[in-house]
This record gives sequence, C-alpha cells and structure tokens, in this order.
Amino acid sequence: MAKLRFKGIHIYDGKNLSKDKPITVLLPKGDLVFPLLQHAGKPARPLVSKGDQVLVGQKIAEADGPVSANIISSVSGTVKAVEKRLTATGRMVESIVISNDNEYKKTEGYGQERDYTKMSKEEIREAVKEAGIVGLGGAGFPTHVKLSPKNDEKIDYVIVNGAECEPYLTSDYRLMLEEPEKIIGGLKILLSLFKNAKGVIGIEDNKPEAIENLRKLAEGENKIEVKVLKTKYPQGGERQMVYTLTGRKLNSDKLPADVGCIVCNVATVAAVYLAVAKSTPLTHMTVTVSGDAIAEPQNFRVPVGMSFAELVEAAGGFKSEPEKIVFGGPMMGTAMHSYDVPVTKTTSSLLGFVKDEAAVAESACIRCGKCHEHCPLNLMPIRLQMLALNNNLEMFEKNYGMECCGCGCCSYVCPAKRSLTQTITKTKQQILAKRH
Amino acid sequence: MSGLYNVSAAPHTRSPITTKTIMQDVIIALIPACLFGIFNFGLRALIVILATVLTCAVTEYVYCRLMKKPVNPWDYSDVVTGLILALNLPVSIPIWMAVLGGVFAILIVKMLYGGLGQNVMNPALAARGFLMISFPTRMASFALEKISSPGLKDYLRDGALVLDGVSGATPLGQLKAGETVDLLKLFIGHVGGTIGETGTLFLLLGAAYLVYRKIISLRIPLSYILSFAVFALIFGGKGFDSNYLLGQILGGGLILGAFFMATDYVTSPATPKGQIIYGIFLGIMTGIFRIIGSGVEGVTYAILLGNLLVPMIDNLTRPVAFGRERAKNGK
Repeated sequence: MAKLRFKGIHIYDGKNLSKDKPITVLLPKGDLVFPLLQHAGKPARPLVSKGDQVLVGQKIAEADGPVSANIISSVSGTVKAVEKRLTATGRMVESIVISNDNEYKKTEGYGQERDYTKMSKEEIREAVKEAGIVGLGGAGFPTHVKLSPKNDEKIDYVIVNGAECEPYLTSDYRLMLEEPEKIIGGLKILLSLFKNAKGVIGIEDNKPEAIENLRKLAEGENKIEVKVLKTKYPQGGERQMVYTLTGRKLNSDKLPADVGCIVCNVATVAAVYLAVAKSTPLTHMTVTVSGDAIAEPQNFRVPVGMSFAELVEAAGGFKSEPEKIVFGGPMMGTAMHSYDVPVTKTTSSLLGFVKDEAAVAESACIRCGKCHEHCPLNLMPIRLQMLALNNNLEMFEKNYGMECCGCGCCSYVCPAKRSLTQTITKTKQQILAKRH
Repeated sequence: MSGLYNVSAAPHTRSPITTKTIMQDVIIALIPACLFGIFNFGLRALIVILATVLTCAVTEYVYCRLMKKPVNPWDYSDVVTGLILALNLPVSIPIWMAVLGGVFAILIVKMLYGGLGQNVMNPALAARGFLMISFPTRMASFALEKISSPGLKDYLRDGALVLDGVSGATPLGQLKAGETVDLLKLFIGHVGGTIGETGTLFLLLGAAYLVYRKIISLRIPLSYILSFAVFALIFGGKGFDSNYLLGQILGGGLILGAFFMATDYVTSPATPKGQIIYGIFLGIMTGIFRIIGSGVEGVTYAILLGNLLVPMIDNLTRPVAFGRERAKNGK
C-alpha cells in the first residue's frame, strides 16, 4: 500500500450501479460523427470529403501540427458531410459524418499480429501516432507526444493509472477485470521504450478483484508492480498519482516527464497494446452509462462516433426524467443540455441524475476552512474566489491560483455551497488567455 | 428526449453538509450544557436562555426586514449566538440585560459588520464583554445554588431579588485568594459561575460530539488549554500544584471558551498552522489576564483580542501550494 497521503475527499462512489455489468458490445444504428477535435491541441485536418467511401481503420483526418491526433473511422460507409456538430464539450466542432453501410469492411493489414520486440522505438511511436491514441482518462493529450520525452533514459517510472477515482465510472474497472492482458501487454511495450523505467500500476483499494487480476498476470514480470492505493478522490489526478507512487511532487509548470515519470490511464495502455501488437487503431471506447436516472446502468464497448442517445436507449432509457446529464464523472465532467452527441476519445461515460445537486444557491462564507482542509494542492480556495471576484488577478496568481487542477473538492465540501472551483477555473482560463 | 437538461460547470455533486447542518450540530453539542445549567440553577436559567435565543433570532429578522435585505433561509446561526450568550451569563441577570446583550450581539457585532461570516468578533462574546463593562457587579454575582422561587412572576423579576442561594466566590476567586478548590465539584459543575461554564463534564460531552462530527478540530482548544496550563505552571507561583492547575483549567470559562467560542469559524484562523498560533496566543493572554492581571477571569477578553488578530494570522500563515514548497524555501 502506498503510504504517501494527499488531502482530498471521501465521496459516495455510486460504482455499485454498474461495476458488476460486463462490457457489452454495441453496434451503431445511425450515422457516426467524428469531431475533428477530440483531443488536446489542434483539430485534425480532414482527409476525406463528402461522398468518399471509407473503411474500418481508415485514417479520415490527420494530426495537424505536433500536438494533435489522427482520427480513424470505426465503421465502413460513405462520408455524408463535413460540418459543425454538437459535442459533449458543449461546443460545435467541425466533424466528419459517416453513413454506416453495416458491412465493417476493414483496411488492409487491420488486426494483423505484430511482434513489438522486433520493432524499433520509432516504429512503436509511429504506430501509436498512426492509431490516433490520446489520453483516454479524459484529458486527451496525444499519447505519441507523451511517449517522446526529451531524454528516454531519464524516465524511471511508467505509471499506469487504474485509480478511476471519479464516482460512478466503472469502465476502467471492467477493463482491468476482463482484459488485463491488454494492459500488461501495453505496459510491456511502453517499458521497451524506456530502458531505465519500471512499470507501476496504481489501483485504489476499492477494486480488490482488479488488483488480484493484474497481480496474477504481472507475476514473473520483474519490471512490473501493482500498487494498491487508498481510495480517495482525486487519487487518479496526475499530480496525486505521481506523488503517492514515487514521492515526487509536480506543480503546474512541470510535466510528469520532468520528474522521470510517464503516466497513462489503463484504457490508453490497452489501446497502445492493440495499436502496436494487433495493428488495430483506436476506434472503440469502453463507456459507462450510469446514474440514478438510468434504467439499467451498463458498461459498453462502442465505436467512436456513435451517438450517446443510442447508448441511453441500450441501457433501457431513463427510469425517471433526469434533471442533469453529465459526460465524464460528477466531479470533473461536463454537463450538457442534450445527449445526442457522439462518443469521442475523451468521453468515457454518460451519467444521468434525477436531481441536480449543484442547483443550489450560494450563501455567505462562514470561514470554516474546509475548502483548504480538503484541497489536494494545499490552496486556499475561498481566498482565491474572493480575489477572483474582486478581479485582483495579480494576487490570485501570488496565492497560487494557477496551481488549481479543477478537481472540485472545494466546491464539493463547501457548506455555503460556493462555486469555488468554477470561479477559480474560469479565472485561470482568463489569465492563460491573456498570456498568449 | 424532452426539454433541455441543466447545465453548469463541474463539480456536479455536493456534500450534504450545509451551513445549517453545521449550526444544528453546534446546537446539539450545546444542549447538554444547557440542560445542566437548567438543572443546576433552576428554571430561571431556561428563561435566560429563551430570552437571548429569541432576541437574537428576532433582531436578525427585523434588521433584514428594515434594511430591505433579503431574509436568507434560516441557518440557525442566530440561535447559536443566543445559546452561547446565555451560557455566558449569570443566572441572576435581569432579563432586560440579557435581551440587551442579544440585541448588541446580533445588531452591532454581526449585522452592522455585514452579517454572517463578516463579523470581526464573536457576537456572543462581544456582547458578554459589553455587559461586563456596562454592568460589572450584576455580571459578577454568581449563584451557587438553585434559585428557587414560588411563582412565575418571581422568575421574571430581577434575578437578584429572588436569589436565596449563596452568592459567593467562584472557584477562580478562591484560587486567587490562595484557597484550594474541590476538583470533583468543579468537574460535575457544582460551583458558582455562569449558566454554561460550570458543567465541565457536559461541555466536554458536547465538544466530543463536535470533534466526532468533524465540526471542530482539536487544534485550537488543545493549544489554548495547554499553553494556558504551561503559563499557569510558570507564572502561577504554585509550581506543579495539580489542584491549582486543574482548578484554573476547570474553574472558569476556559473549557466553554476553548471548545465553543475560540473555535467559532468566522472569528478564528482558517489555516491549521494559524489555528495553533491562535490557540497559543489565547492561552498566554488568558494567563496574563487571570494570573498577572487583577481580574479573576480572562477568557472573554483573551478571545476577543485574539479575534482581532485573525486576519493577520491568516495572512502570515498563507499555505504554500503543493509542489511549490522549494521555490519558496529555496531562496
């Protein structure tokens, strides 16, 4: 058990709703929508236009610039349009719309076995890049960029993040239960890139079956270790993960690679395995559909581009009318006015809630100090909110406002229900926008 | 799909703890001390408690109405102020004085400074200080026994007239005069004092509840009591005399003050380091007032003085962000 502690919160996790539901494969019925921006960085550049025929595994948009990612078709069919569509981020994003011919014709070489030990580092990185893999934990940072630090030899930890600390989400958990070999396989591929690194898989102690499963598979692998983490939100945050497993501290100016760490989510590592060892690009996502408004919470394996409306239908629809729909977890996810949006590489869940707990009025701060007591980055959120509301941006920065990771702990614990995280995040964005 | 769903920035979930539930917990924690006060000093104690609580609630409501401010959903913070004020008054206090104290606490100390969360001093304590300065003799005449009186009319009359118990020295007065005190009596509260300060056992019960519910941490109370004990040990002139030390700790308003008033969120530091500094400051000030000064009590003024330093303590103990420690200490 990792000993190092960070502040944070213990929270109702709601995982019982879907944690025992095996991953069910769903086939799409309607059109598929591929937003050109479903990763951090620049939107991809489309390679197809209206009327073109595409195949499963075909690159339909390519990375534009160093921080961007390819987009791969998950079905075969005809390009119906390239137009702006609503995405789960709440923005209208230029998207490729494909009409599915339901034949699933694949590109040549799709699914071919490859021996990664015979591949050079460049070939492995190229395979990851071609497959369009990005951080599937939600941030969507292009993985090939992450896997190319300045100096490979300085990396001594490859950390696989299996914390899944957001309430309700169980897709990573199911992946660890059902397809652990992909995770271990992917980790071995990553370790082949960094000869001085050892692989650590961090899993919260509320997932004992997953821990046992991966430990069994990791037996005999002397470079791989499964570490048990205490269940606490935000254990899966990059800075908390690196700290609890290595004791190294990151601030907002540093990347994990600066302290010798590469951190990838379990789903990302599994995607690397498929891309490198099975020549299968990233076309499918494991998605949890849950929340107290969903009739039958489930875990699905679905193609990227499929509408969430079809997923909700497959989960039995709503048993009572939800007040709020959230993509991602309840702590850091995005609320949307509609759920007719496509599954993308960064949306691992849809949650429907009967009651919107956040719809409460702010009242006066009583200075209880809980926001500070629970802030994993040791900030003073109420002070930052006051400074932000007074538009005192200079003091906001001096009080480490830019360090905020937006985890939401302060807003969660605040008895006066103040919108602390929300104000701080917005102010941070304002300051960042001014810097550029 | 029907209609639009709620949209707001993350997080989308909130803890069930609200300002109101916190105030409820504080009220629950004060109940044992209140009940003991009533048991110990008679029904008149109940009348004092009701008078201050009612006054506080009405004052806040009327103020909001007159000033055309929104009357917020009732968060019970006024009830807490009323209760704490009552616990800080002698049972023999005339009711009009208790009412005056309640109005002072809410109107002058709390609302005129901006209402909940904005007051500089603890309202109940400031009101106690105000009454102590205005009516020093009435605030210092303590009943040792139950006030018994035949009719309801007599209860409402000036308390001093119906005092048939012995109005005598408090434990701190005895200690100051060089006498020893009965520690067991101190612990179960069978001594002179204000309505709420004598029942140590019952105060600690309530305090334990607050700690269990994580409403307060032990940082302020412990650093306060310990630093006061050390001060008494050094400057008390008795050396390590357990009767004297325990008498000092249990005999006055220290337990009530340390657990229920010094821990008031609004008027105490919000950083853990600041809370310990604050507690130590209170301990030393209480020691100076009680042992070096001419008075017998010091908790009220020590805490009020401490309240004024809170913004400064908070500023001096500003936390350094995770991962930024070296940047600050290295230079």
